[in-house]
Amino acid sequence: MYDLTSIYRATSVADAIAALEKDPQAVVIAGGSDVLIKIREGKLAGCRLVSIHGLDAELAGVKVLDSGDLAIGPLTTFHNVTFDPLVRAHVPVLGEAADMAGGPQLRAVGTIGGNVCNGVTSADTASTLMAFGAQMHVQGPDGWRVVPIDDWYKGVGKVDLRPAELLCRIVIPKANFEGWTGHYIKYAQRNAMDIATLGVSCLVKLSADKTVCEDVRLAFGVAAPTPIRSHTAEDGVRGLTVTEAAEQIGDLALQDINPRTSWRASREFRVQLVKELSGRALLEAARKGGAQV
Amino acid sequence: MEIGRSIHRVDAYDKVTGRAKYTDDLRGQGTLVARILHSTIANGVVKEMDLTEAQKVPGVVKILTCFDAPDIQFPTPGHPWSVEAAHQDVADRKLLDRRVRIYGDDIAVVVAEDEVAAEHALKAIQVTYEEYPVYTEPEAAMAPGTVAIHDEHPDNILRHTVFDVVTPGAAVKDVDEVFADPAWRHFEAHIDTQAVQHCHIENPVSYAWMEGDRIVVVSSTQIPHIVRRVIGQALGIGWGKIRVIKPYIGGGFGNKQEVLYEPLNAWITTQIGGRKVKLELTREETFRNTRSRHAIHFDVKAAVDPASMRLMARTCRAVSNQGGYASHGHSIVANAVTGFRQTYPDALAHRSEAFTVYTNLGSTGAMRGYGIPQCNFAGECFMDDIAREMGWDPLEFRLKNIMPLGYVDPTNGITCHSTGLAECIRKGAEFMDWEKLRSEYAKPQTGPVRRGIGMSVFSYKTGVWPISLETASARVILNQDGTVQLQLGATEIGQGGDTVFSQMCAQAIGIPTEDVHIVSFQDTDTAPFDTGAYASRQTYVTGKAIKKAGESFRAKVLDFAAGLTNLDPGNLDIRGRDVVSTVSGEAVLSLADLAMEAFYSLKHCEHITAEETVQCKNNTFAFGACFAEVEVDIPVGKIKVLRIVNVHDSGKLINPKLAEAQVHGGMSMGLGYALSEEMKYDDKGRLLNGNLLDYKLPTAMDHPELHALFVETDDPSGPFGNKALGEPPAIPVAGAVRNAVLQATGVAIHRLPMNPQRMVEAFTEAGLIEKGE
Repeated sequence: MYDLTSIYRATSVADAIAALEKDPQAVVIAGGSDVLIKIREGKLAGCRLVSIHGLDAELAGVKVLDSGDLAIGPLTTFHNVTFDPLVRAHVPVLGEAADMAGGPQLRAVGTIGGNVCNGVTSADTASTLMAFGAQMHVQGPDGWRVVPIDDWYKGVGKVDLRPAELLCRIVIPKANFEGWTGHYIKYAQRNAMDIATLGVSCLVKLSADKTVCEDVRLAFGVAAPTPIRSHTAEDGVRGLTVTEAAEQIGDLALQDINPRTSWRASREFRVQLVKELSGRALLEAARKGGAQV
Repeated sequence: MEIGRSIHRVDAYDKVTGRAKYTDDLRGQGTLVARILHSTIANGVVKEMDLTEAQKVPGVVKILTCFDAPDIQFPTPGHPWSVEAAHQDVADRKLLDRRVRIYGDDIAVVVAEDEVAAEHALKAIQVTYEEYPVYTEPEAAMAPGTVAIHDEHPDNILRHTVFDVVTPGAAVKDVDEVFADPAWRHFEAHIDTQAVQHCHIENPVSYAWMEGDRIVVVSSTQIPHIVRRVIGQALGIGWGKIRVIKPYIGGGFGNKQEVLYEPLNAWITTQIGGRKVKLELTREETFRNTRSRHAIHFDVKAAVDPASMRLMARTCRAVSNQGGYASHGHSIVANAVTGFRQTYPDALAHRSEAFTVYTNLGSTGAMRGYGIPQCNFAGECFMDDIAREMGWDPLEFRLKNIMPLGYVDPTNGITCHSTGLAECIRKGAEFMDWEKLRSEYAKPQTGPVRRGIGMSVFSYKTGVWPISLETASARVILNQDGTVQLQLGATEIGQGGDTVFSQMCAQAIGIPTEDVHIVSFQDTDTAPFDTGAYASRQTYVTGKAIKKAGESFRAKVLDFAAGLTNLDPGNLDIRGRDVVSTVSGEAVLSLADLAMEAFYSLKHCEHITAEETVQCKNNTFAFGACFAEVEVDIPVGKIKVLRIVNVHDSGKLINPKLAEAQVHGGMSMGLGYALSEEMKYDDKGRLLNGNLLDYKLPTAMDHPELHALFVETDDPSGPFGNKALGEPPAIPVAGAVRNAVLQATGVAIHRLPMNPQRMVEAFTEAGLIEKGE
């Protein structure tokens, strides 16, 4: 039995925005895999909900825009991200990351939009979207605006959504995925039903002979209060051979991270994971791009 | 032969299709709900409680507090009651108590129309406390000048025991004399185990109502007859006024061998005019407020003969963190140090010292293995440490020291009536290709990912005699169609009890198992007496009662058949569905025809039933070995179990397929114990990870293929040659995995669980990982 005061089932994005304007305290619910847990835990007990569940026509699915950019609807479930043919063709690493959230039941209801709107650093798709330089398209009472994912996270559990705004589209620019291959490592204690102790997403763009990292993008979850990019590591290994880059990237990344000690894991442990796993993710990303390493 | 058949579980179809009824399926409409108010301090006293706002919440029926509850202290463990006062369980708990001893202690209860109303009322109750210092470790609680958690134990030591054992025939005074002998090599180690929880899928749940002046409680329990007794003790009323019903249950593993909230539930209904009220725990409450496996700290020493590879003497000092309430009390750590001693009887002498200490952590109690997983980890770490130091093959070293056939424990007389342990070791070694892998992995390994193979062994007794009473009854009733009903007080808790009971009954009578209808649910108004499912006892003790009742029933049937056929009952037998003449070998009467005559004969009508009680004054050791091959990813601290096998000697298997499933479940529990599970508390005594996300119970994705093998001895003391199997599979896994990690990395871990952070710390300490940022 859930302690909620009311639920308004929106009929369209415009209707949802109108409902949120009328009741700015209301909480948006999509798949419910975060919100219902918070209600049960008492953090959102007695809340009023505005449901966007089922607004699939406007908010779910993946398509390639005229520009060649990839557009992902935020109501697309983890499962549907993973098994979408366009995701598999253009950004397979994002599908692989989405496939590591929770278990099959969660992935059937949880959405990629919810994963990035809840603002948590451990979100499995967040570091990969970060590495891809995704653009967050937001709609609200004042219209449509685009937020680069680098500016999206405002702190623990906080993202750049103003009152009555909804995330309506996640766009990955063509230039950021064409010619890139990537690998995501979710490091957790369990192989399913767990949250990441560290998430590492690495993208590489190899030279024609597949030996040199022409460009690298490296992003982390749980290495800081929000998902982060490691520009120091990226700059430091750009132009190196794959083997050199894999050896150096972990130590370089340490300059950009700020993990904390909690009862879940110590700072020292997370630092060791960053050192070790950054290189492993880069190597695997390079292998997927054809490097013989 | 019905024994030894791998028939499907008798409850398989009901459970797979969802027809099987569990407590919450049965409660019906209109049942009120009760929710408990838990303290927000770990040690102190409730000074005042203001209910003004809570009373106003719509839907609230009644609020009962620690100021209202009866001033009666009662015991909660599911032990058989003892008629000797000195052996009775510690009575240190009240239904609701002003004296708070753990974080989240039960101080009030709200009865409401639904959960949301109850939650709102709980939030509205204002509590004022007086706070005392919080003790999370036994050493802190035992220090001079601490606050007594229970007034009866001013030093917070529930019990302290020392046992000095000199091996019969050994010409020494005690262990000290052995340790003074320079001929022996000396070893010592400190080993820590952690608190873990059962994680049965169904949380504790019960509902209660009154019928006249009697209280009926339906509960998810392993021990309905004991629940009845404890409710009577807690409420101070006659036990005959209480009726406990046990439906199917979603696992127990020892947590439901404890009388948890049934007495509170029973008392609540008496306070609301006998209305039906449900008390169901959340998972978080289950973690915090039920029981867990004891964290035990061990200090062990050994004197070893380098020539014969024999353990000459050992000492084992164990300090057990009991948490806030006694529950099973000292029994568990006492069992741990005894088990440590028994598996490898020392050539000359042994000393055990055990402390059970109250602290302000969650209470600990029975959990599959009852102290033995802890002492087994300590013992098996120690054996490999010694073997490594001496350059011995750990397998050979064990073979030189394991309990021999005919061993009689010098303190309690428990005898090794049968043993297949050496054969289990050989079988496991052959399955794993031990010799080849052991020597291959002994070669220097340098990469980040290394492999090793390890092993461990265990012994485990069957039931609780002579430490406690062992008794059981069984009732067999003839049906009109020639089949039988089997009624027991022993319980099906998921382990397959009903299935093997049915097979035993069929075997004793001579009919097919399909013709035994077992009454699965216990109702203490009608079920024969049995203390329930724990101590791996039921196939052994209840099995004896079933055998006796079945044989008695068979004799009555044959007598009745003799009367109908004018044949000598000595020349009659029951085979399949007929009474047959042993002279002609021909069927003389079908059981169905016999039954119709028995029920409806106008000349001689007789309702054929048999009910028998046994008191089991025997015990026997079950054994086994575990072998594990691991791959260790050193830089990230991950241990991957590549292959694992448990080999068990549990005597004759009643149902080999069920036995295998039992082993798989135990191995899974052992893997969690080894690698990931741990209850974490902060210094305020708050449980930090009391949910199934943060408490790392392994998932299906975390398991390798689990292999189970058996060595079937025929135990002369068992009803059908069988011995314990319920708990043993969980015991040896952690030690085997640890010893494999030792071979792979050279790093000797002495603390559970071997989770990644701890492994990274250990590898950093050992120089396998570079230090610093």
